[in-house]
Amino acid sequence: MEDLWFELSFFLEVLFSGLLTGSLYSLIALGFVLIFKASGVFNFAQGAMMLFAALSLVGFQEMLGVHWTVAFLLAFAVMVILAWCVEKFVLGKLVNQEPIILFMATIGITFFLDGFGQTVWGSDIKVLDIGLPSGSFDVGGIFIDKLELVGGATAAGLVVVLAVFFNKTKIGRALRAVADDHQAAMSVGISLRYIWIVVWTVAGLVGLVAGIMWGSKLGVQFSLSLIALKALPVLMLGGFTSIPGAIIGGLIIGSGEKLAEIYIGPLVGGAIENWFAYMLAMVFLLFRPQGLFGEKIIERV
Amino acid sequence: MFYREAGQFKSSYKEDQAIFPILQDRLGVGLVLAVAFFAIPLFGGEYFISAIMIPFLILALAAIGLNILTGYAGQISLGTGGFMAVGAFAAYKFATWTMVIGQFEGTMPLVMTILLSGLVAAIVGILFGIPSLRIKGFYLAVATLAAQFFIEWVLIKFGWFTNYSPSGIITAPPLEILGYVFSSPAEKYLLTLSFVVVLAMAAKNLVRSHIGRGWMAIRDMDIAAEIIGFKPLQTKLSAFAVSSFFCGVAGALWAFVHLGTVEPEAFGINRSFSILFMVIIGGMGSIMGAFIGAAFIMLLPIFLSNVPPMIGWDIGVDMVSHMEFMIFGVLIIFFLIVEPHGLARLWSIGKEKLRSWPFPY
Repeated sequence: MEDLWFELSFFLEVLFSGLLTGSLYSLIALGFVLIFKASGVFNFAQGAMMLFAALSLVGFQEMLGVHWTVAFLLAFAVMVILAWCVEKFVLGKLVNQEPIILFMATIGITFFLDGFGQTVWGSDIKVLDIGLPSGSFDVGGIFIDKLELVGGATAAGLVVVLAVFFNKTKIGRALRAVADDHQAAMSVGISLRYIWIVVWTVAGLVGLVAGIMWGSKLGVQFSLSLIALKALPVLMLGGFTSIPGAIIGGLIIGSGEKLAEIYIGPLVGGAIENWFAYMLAMVFLLFRPQGLFGEKIIERV
Repeated sequence: MFYREAGQFKSSYKEDQAIFPILQDRLGVGLVLAVAFFAIPLFGGEYFISAIMIPFLILALAAIGLNILTGYAGQISLGTGGFMAVGAFAAYKFATWTMVIGQFEGTMPLVMTILLSGLVAAIVGILFGIPSLRIKGFYLAVATLAAQFFIEWVLIKFGWFTNYSPSGIITAPPLEILGYVFSSPAEKYLLTLSFVVVLAMAAKNLVRSHIGRGWMAIRDMDIAAEIIGFKPLQTKLSAFAVSSFFCGVAGALWAFVHLGTVEPEAFGINRSFSILFMVIIGGMGSIMGAFIGAAFIMLLPIFLSNVPPMIGWDIGVDMVSHMEFMIFGVLIIFFLIVEPHGLARLWSIGKEKLRSWPFPY
């Protein structure tokens, strides 16, 4: 009996930790979804944007010695400028190109940002501390990491804000119109350029928040941009165009990965965390090629 | 003026279907081959041959492989590195396997080893290609990442693949064909070149055959291709198989000829990305584009790390690598904006211009 209780609480602990890590994956995936929805661009640079935003935040904090809220605003301003530059110098020049070309262009942006961020702010591992709680607390024998809990709550809050933004504001409606049909949106007087800048800014903000969370967890370093790769299976699972999909996909991937590592890992030699998420998403896609909440793919000849 | 087909008449179907129908093309290819086979090994320095030419050729081969899959058959793949790793480790297993057939006892001949490792990679490629029948577009790109990470993990985790070497590093046996050992850089270069030339010609022929046309039909619209009679199963899986075969051979050459000792990390996700860049910068759906792209991606970092010291601008090693990243990114974007169809397209535009040169039209 004692054993069973211990097993159960251990299982729950792993599950919670997985779910909370998953919500952090969702934060990255959110940025992808926003841009894909509004412009059909598969934005590979989301991870680099996250790293760049976090680097800027820490950089401003160190350089100016200001409170983190000021640094946050400055970093946000940097992301706005970045969004403008992306539209002006990259996407604006590639209107009407095939999706793969746009995808490649965002890989170009990734390289540029990785290099630029490290040129400006240096390549040491930086400690990001904005007073988020650390350590863990105990709920009936289950240990929950405080930082992850904050991350999960932030993700949830961000989704609510974004949902309101998309559904209630004028810009949000314009964004959805653009997502639906570029040409129709343009013909009713919505400026594509403006919308793209807005959507890249919002993605930059999401990246900044994700960067703060991951940065507090692991330190601000180059490998953060690799974590963004983990957001890809999350996206696939949830569907490229669905915000709830990104969240639920993140939760499934996060918990699945942790549980698999603990319960299946030892059977095959461990360290399966690296690929399990991708395999899970791939097997899942075999049954539902457009992801959980993705729009149904209708093919016409 | 110099590059026009006027006056070159074809009197048989065979001539009409020749791989290089125009005399100037044949001369050009002949010249390139002559330089590659004779001038470079004779006059090229050791560094030039072993640090630039050999990796360039091998990566070009891998790029041809990916180009078949992505450029011709339209299936985006980020698992190239994984398939190269399969080739490399399969070659190692074959090369260290002592066969006993009747009286004969010994290891497999080198050429056979490398080709067989390509076949093993092709089989693995087919396995990971199966999802492509259901999953399309970017979803597939992410699914091939599964192949990349899974293969890397398997090779690191299971000692059998490295013959239980404690460090997980494999060391290639000496390159010996019919008793002749290829040891100097020039000899290794010629060995690589022979493989690459034969396989590039094969690819060039393959993509204009029935199979290649099937791939292109699937790329342009798979449902339409299905309706006109191309079976998606065979067509897509054959693209995966052929592509992985090329990548596998490239991986085997990379391990045996270029590096000599290899660990699975050499075929990581960054390798996959760099080969994808080669294909896109060089030109999707072009065999020559694979070579141009490989040359570009290979030479750019060398160029970038050598130029600042040369002009007396001393910046730290750290800075150079960051600058490299930035310039790399900017150049990718620049080329995509200037010529989204790759450098090979620039070449074909140039050829059009050459036809009427020096007159404007």
